[in-house]
Amino acid sequence: MLTLTCPYCGVTVEETELAPGGEAHLKRFGPGASDEDFEGYLFARKNPKGVHFERWRHAYGCGKWFLAARCTATLEVFGTYPAQTTEPPAELIAKINEKRPNWGGWK
Amino acid sequence: MALRRYSMFAVAREALRFHAGWERAWQSPAPKKRYDVVIVGAGGHGLATAYYLGKVHGITNVAVIEKGWLGGGNTGRNTTIIRSNYLQDPSAAIYEKARSLYEDLSQDLNYNVMFSPRGLLMLAQSEHEMRGYKRTVYANNLQGVETRWITPSEVKDLVPIVNIDGPRYPVLGALYQERGGTARHDAVAWGYARACSAMGMDIIQQCEVTGVRTANGKVQGVETTKGSIDCGKLAIVVAGHSSVLAEMAGFRLPIESMALQAWVSEPIKPCMDVVVMANLVHGYMSQSDKGEMVIGGGTDGFNNYTQRGSWHHVEETTRALIETFPIISRLKMLRQWGGIVDMTGDRSPILSKTPVENVFVNCGWGTGGFKSIPGSGWAMAELVAKGEPGPLAADFGLNRFKEGRFIDESVAAGVAH
Ligand SMILES: Cc1cc2nc3c(=O)[nH]c(=O)nc-3n(C[C@H](O)[C@H](O)[C@H](O)COP(=O)(O)OP(=O)(O)OC[C@H]3O[C@@H](n4cnc5c(N)ncnc54)[C@H](O)[C@@H]3O)c2cc1C
Ligand SMILES: [Zn+2]
Repeated sequence: MLTLTCPYCGVTVEETELAPGGEAHLKRFGPGASDEDFEGYLFARKNPKGVHFERWRHAYGCGKWFLAARCTATLEVFGTYPAQTTEPPAELIAKINEKRPNWGGWK
Repeated sequence: MALRRYSMFAVAREALRFHAGWERAWQSPAPKKRYDVVIVGAGGHGLATAYYLGKVHGITNVAVIEKGWLGGGNTGRNTTIIRSNYLQDPSAAIYEKARSLYEDLSQDLNYNVMFSPRGLLMLAQSEHEMRGYKRTVYANNLQGVETRWITPSEVKDLVPIVNIDGPRYPVLGALYQERGGTARHDAVAWGYARACSAMGMDIIQQCEVTGVRTANGKVQGVETTKGSIDCGKLAIVVAGHSSVLAEMAGFRLPIESMALQAWVSEPIKPCMDVVVMANLVHGYMSQSDKGEMVIGGGTDGFNNYTQRGSWHHVEETTRALIETFPIISRLKMLRQWGGIVDMTGDRSPILSKTPVENVFVNCGWGTGGFKSIPGSGWAMAELVAKGEPGPLAADFGLNRFKEGRFIDESVAAGVAH
């Protein structure tokens, strides 16, 4: 069973206490954007076999959204962090660089 | 390769000579330098695409490239439910085409795929579901798909082990497709593979595609663990790995890969000769020819490529089914496994041209693409051969997302197997 640490509560919980929310760090496009950008934002997903940045909600806890970096090929969790950011924390990136030298970046 | 047909006579002949005369069902050739069409993925959909390319369109210079063993992906991991009682017209068309091809697939392929149209029920266990399924019955009648609404007592006649009165979710009736059922999943892959090999096509196993070569926006070939292969056209038919292949070709898909699990009980005497889906509680069950109760539920919610699902799904689904089928409460569950399914937002598949010329994708069948293998292969072969979708594939293009023209089956079936 997948366990993640909620960065707000600091508790490590099983996935049944959490609700997954898909790819993180999507750049939003809204009114006035081109059709291509809007379509990409709504539908196109990276869905990588490897390092994935994703949204989770501590649904049966504090109820807040947070972000996680996880490997979809091994289920290894690299870390979690609060959602009030536009990019992953530098330490987390450094940690992933070390563990997965060829991972190709988070964008 | 000339094919020695399977028949009663062949069985008798081999019985008289210690079964020494059976030949390999398909060849395992080394890849050639170039093919007219390369298909990535030897699951049911890739193999059926190859088969109808040869049979219907006369294109036989074809390779099907598989990183593992053929049929080892979702095609060999599913619970084999076949039905065509979908809500939307384009879905009904392609799933019913598939179901009707299944009716005589064994004769067509000269391979027993054990199609068993034993009947399929979708239980209505809430007022809302009851209305939903009645609506589906009306839609199906207009689409030419034979389904009907049956009452609780008819359900009980068909499924004596079902608990009609609840306690929590009484059975209010069911959507019944009499010609729905199951087939032997491996046999479907093996039958198509054998027929493709007999047409002179190359099925190359243990060969992973690692790159897609393009020039001026047009496909040139693929890189593989067995070397570089040129191709005129490329069909990507890899289910859970679709995003990985699309990335190699330089585009993204509206797909997320997730684990879906199934499990079987210890074998017991025949007790249920139909397929029953209980979508409200998110579980479904049938009995295999060996006597095992075959059970499945919903997908995990997060991206995953490990072919292992989360344990709590097994527990939740089994617990829910015990209320509807009390006799399974003492059954031991024997085996559990997972597959990686390719989920789209509208829970409908993608059969489409792509941003790269002569590259085509067939994916997004998600939790329910075993039933569609023959119809999907038929439609995909037409798309690849002509370069444009025919009537069965036309609505399933990638452009539907940009145009907001979804084929929404997510509300139509809570559990879409
Ligand atoms: C547990 C479970 C239960 C299901 N139950 C049902 C059901 O009851 N009814 C139903 O209709 N559907 C069901 N499905 C869905 C169904 O199994 C799939 O939709 C269908 O089998 C997909 O077939 P496919 O040929 O597209 O994919 P697959 O059979 O997965 O084949 C894709 C192949 O591509 C290969 N591949 C991937 N990447 C590469 C690469 N780089 N190079 C070479 N080869 C590659 C893989 O190894 C694989 O063999 C279920 C699925 C699961 C997992
Ligand atoms: Zn929390």
